[in-house]
Amino acid sequence: MTAAIEATGVTRRFGSLRAVDDVTFSIEEGAICGLLGRNGAGKTTLMQLLTGQDFVSAGSISVFGQSPVENASVLQNVCFIKESQKYPEDFKVKHVLKSAPWFFQNWDADFADQLVEEFRLPQGRKIKKLSRGQLSSVGVIVGLASRAPLTIFDEPYLGLDAVARQLFYDRLLADYALHPRTVVLSTHLIDEVSNLLEHVLVIDNGRIIIDDSADNLRGSATAVVGTKAAVDEFARNRQVLHRDNIGGISSATIGTLSDDDRKAAAAAGLELSAVSLQQLIIRKTGTTEKEIEFSA
Amino acid sequence: MDDSRPIFIQIAEQIENDILGGALPEESQVPSTNEYASFYRINPATAGKGVNVLIDSGILYKKRGIGMFVANGSRARIIAARRAQFHAEYITPLITEARNLDISPEELTDMIRKEGNS
Repeated sequence: MTAAIEATGVTRRFGSLRAVDDVTFSIEEGAICGLLGRNGAGKTTLMQLLTGQDFVSAGSISVFGQSPVENASVLQNVCFIKESQKYPEDFKVKHVLKSAPWFFQNWDADFADQLVEEFRLPQGRKIKKLSRGQLSSVGVIVGLASRAPLTIFDEPYLGLDAVARQLFYDRLLADYALHPRTVVLSTHLIDEVSNLLEHVLVIDNGRIIIDDSADNLRGSATAVVGTKAAVDEFARNRQVLHRDNIGGISSATIGTLSDDDRKAAAAAGLELSAVSLQQLIIRKTGTTEKEIEFSA
Repeated sequence: MDDSRPIFIQIAEQIENDILGGALPEESQVPSTNEYASFYRINPATAGKGVNVLIDSGILYKKRGIGMFVANGSRARIIAARRAQFHAEYITPLITEARNLDISPEELTDMIRKEGNS
């Protein structure tokens, strides 16, 4: 498969801060990719660089084989839904929908109308009078109906209720199945989207710390629970991501286990349980190196 | 979907379960990968991977331009494969837990017999 996005050694400095620090990755064409990370990790900066809205300090980015900066042939194939999209003063919802086809050649007006109805968006209302959730659904509708070959959603659902989020996931999956395209989804709600993702990128302090398929990440960490002595024994010489103790019981989050490891753990009377993608990312981005040393 | 194993394996198992349970009889058409994706709310590529596992092992077969179907004799083959795993997946943990609870082998056999008769 060819890559929709290729980033090589990309760095973006703001003064002494490295918002994005020497990252290299690629995103395959036609995949739904999650860009995950904590607040301030560099997600939005990275997405702005990918869409030519900001300039790299070092390194290179290619989108569909070309640099995105000031490049109409790339940008007409890209739809970037920002968390805080600004619209012209006095714009109403219907104006947004009317102007969208000027920017997106694949725009499907019928699909947009259907979504407006499903999200219960008042067409005649001014954008600045919309609630936070309604504003988010405007972005979601534009992102879905634009059918851009590369669609990037940056936190698309601030303020969206659970029903609307589920609607977004369902429509995204259904429309993606009919019209395959590359989708980058940046979000904090990892558990909600983890089943939708084919590939996962995790950024922390400006660096990519996980770049792997969702299938590989699933089951790549296991929580081992048992008596402290047994867990200590089992955890020796293994990578421990996290450690908790209560009374005489201890719990350790450990990296990939083979079938033999699992049998050994069962024989030692240890309980194994799965670690969700969200938990895995919390373990990997939540602790400082000092804490890991301390717990080891 | 549970978190411990890849989703595509769980999809393949689910389809096998449907074949075993009779929801998908042999030679019947199987839902498309896109239908599986939207039903289980998973990535279509992942659903496709699960279906491909079963196509590779001959449980399902493709009719070009029409769709996927359950192969003849696949039910018996799934049963044979599952029986081979039955000991490791069900008997061993059952015995381990029974030991922890001081349930004697005789008591255990009694329980199984009773459950089987009800």
